[in-house]
Amino acid sequence: MTRTLLLTSTLLAGLATAGQADTLRLLTWGGYAPDDVVEMFEEQTGHTVEVTKSNNEEMIAKLRATGGGGFDLAQPSQDRIMGPQQEFGIYKPMDVSKLNKDLFIPSMLQATMKNTTVDGEVYGVPHVWGTSGLVMNTAEAGDVVKDYDDLCDPAVAGKVSYRLKRPTLIGFAFAMGEDPFAAYDDEEKYKEIMEKVEAKLIECKANVKTYWGGGDELMNLVRSGEVTAAMAWDTGGWKLNDDNSDITFVAPESGALGWIDTFVLPAKGQADDVAYAWINFVMQPEIAAKITAAAGNFTASAGADQYAEDSLKAKYQASFPQEAIDNIKWYPPVPAGLEAIEGSVLDRVQAAQ
Amino acid sequence: MSSANRIGFVLLLTPLVLWLGLLIIIPHIDMFLVSIRERVGRGVYETSAAQYLTFINEPLYIWTFVRTAVMSVLATALTLLIAFPVSYYIAKMARGRLQQVLFMLCLIPFYVSELVRTFGWMILLRETGLVSNLLQWAGLADQPVEMLYNDAAIMIGLVYTSMLFMVVPLVTTLESLDDSVVEAGYDLGGNGLSVLREIVIPHAMPGIVAGCIVVFMLSLGNYLTPTMLGGKDSLWFTEMIYNQFIVRFNWELGAAFGFMLLLLSSLIVWGVLKLTGRTLQETLG
Repeated sequence: MTRTLLLTSTLLAGLATAGQADTLRLLTWGGYAPDDVVEMFEEQTGHTVEVTKSNNEEMIAKLRATGGGGFDLAQPSQDRIMGPQQEFGIYKPMDVSKLNKDLFIPSMLQATMKNTTVDGEVYGVPHVWGTSGLVMNTAEAGDVVKDYDDLCDPAVAGKVSYRLKRPTLIGFAFAMGEDPFAAYDDEEKYKEIMEKVEAKLIECKANVKTYWGGGDELMNLVRSGEVTAAMAWDTGGWKLNDDNSDITFVAPESGALGWIDTFVLPAKGQADDVAYAWINFVMQPEIAAKITAAAGNFTASAGADQYAEDSLKAKYQASFPQEAIDNIKWYPPVPAGLEAIEGSVLDRVQAAQ
Repeated sequence: MSSANRIGFVLLLTPLVLWLGLLIIIPHIDMFLVSIRERVGRGVYETSAAQYLTFINEPLYIWTFVRTAVMSVLATALTLLIAFPVSYYIAKMARGRLQQVLFMLCLIPFYVSELVRTFGWMILLRETGLVSNLLQWAGLADQPVEMLYNDAAIMIGLVYTSMLFMVVPLVTTLESLDDSVVEAGYDLGGNGLSVLREIVIPHAMPGIVAGCIVVFMLSLGNYLTPTMLGGKDSLWFTEMIYNQFIVRFNWELGAAFGFMLLLLSSLIVWGVLKLTGRTLQETLG
């Protein structure tokens, strides 16, 4: 009896050390870990990958609830790393030496590392980037809507939709000639800007058909023609472009808002080595191109462009002439506490009659 | 023997105690502790009633709170109004196979998830949807009609979602009503209305109260239906709780909201029981 027990335990211990087959619990966005990429990774390394799809706010809420446990790798946007880390301590520093830096576009890697540095430690590296701006039916609304605040034009009354979330506040602030990012550290100034935006959004409310919540909801609204102009992500516009060539993504005059989704290690992650292996794996140009095909957005992988589909590249170039690229407003890290100001503005807009 | 009984009793009780303790009581205590603290600095918290004061001093929160309660009461009343004749027909007038089929028809929509059912309503009610097209085809409307994104759409969704929970208790209580009692009512000179008022409704009261409580709680705590079918002005209290927790990272206020909702629903249920002169024991037993 004892011998069998002993034997089994040695066997089990042997398996655990010899195989090194770990599970990577990945908390990510839809499309960032397509099935074929996961299969290739599992085949090459012997590790298994469990994918949980989520969004920025839910990722942080999930990690906060467990103090950074339950997942080994997460992908929040780069502006949502510094604040939550200072406030809740849900991430752990990243050992960048374990990553193959040559795989990354250097400027993007530098910018992300700088934006996610807390107390001298780097917490994030870039993965997928994209923008939000205007998705519209250019045949119907193209002449009227050039910028976010044109969504309030009477010519498109009842045919407009946007989210009641912070990107809308930021976008409208830029369209109204303000610079909310410059005011991030000046709470009084930021409040002042937000009050102006609040007045504008309340005035604009009659024009809006509905505030959209999920991406699919918006796609349905635009595809069915019920909405002709909306504030949304670039990929949404490019996907709809396949069905109706009049619909596409347009960078607003005041500049599209640029985001970068990153890789971060949750504080209580248990498979850091697998996480590093995953990052190095998906940043290879061929693999990154597969992710671009699934998610519709480009990655920070150097050289992946040449593997991307031509049709997507064409759409990207049509939406982003060089001056529009130069005009992209990249989200700086959100200081803790701004959400409270934005939250009450959003509440008041929704409650306004 | 008595010790064996004791063990059996403990074994039977353990799952219940674990369930209540681990999933209901401990989380609520934790939530309450979260709700009475205030963020004073980066990662520093102090005990205070600030969250509850915020709730009381912000008209928007109170307004949403009252709106949610009033709409839930309305949805409950509507559900009762629609479900009562349906249940009466199933319990008293339909016979044999028809009875079972009708009951099944009430049940079938619940085979799919609430999300799918709500999407179904969105397809029907939207501007380019089925109802709008039908109205145009019939010549009743000359342009697309938008029926989604307003309070009426929320109401339809809520009533539809909770219909079954009203029909089941009503059918059960109405089935136990002896037909001869109804006949006696007519023999004694009663008409349809007075028989309904004096005999059927008093008999069905336990079912009505039980159904109303369940439907009211389901509507009040519903998140999906109001957010998906509601429009620009349609704030629902559960949506505010979600926003505070997930979007604003403000767990303290969210927890306080949660407790206010618990308080509100308990108060209203208590009020209804008081009003109808029933106790919780009678209703549930």
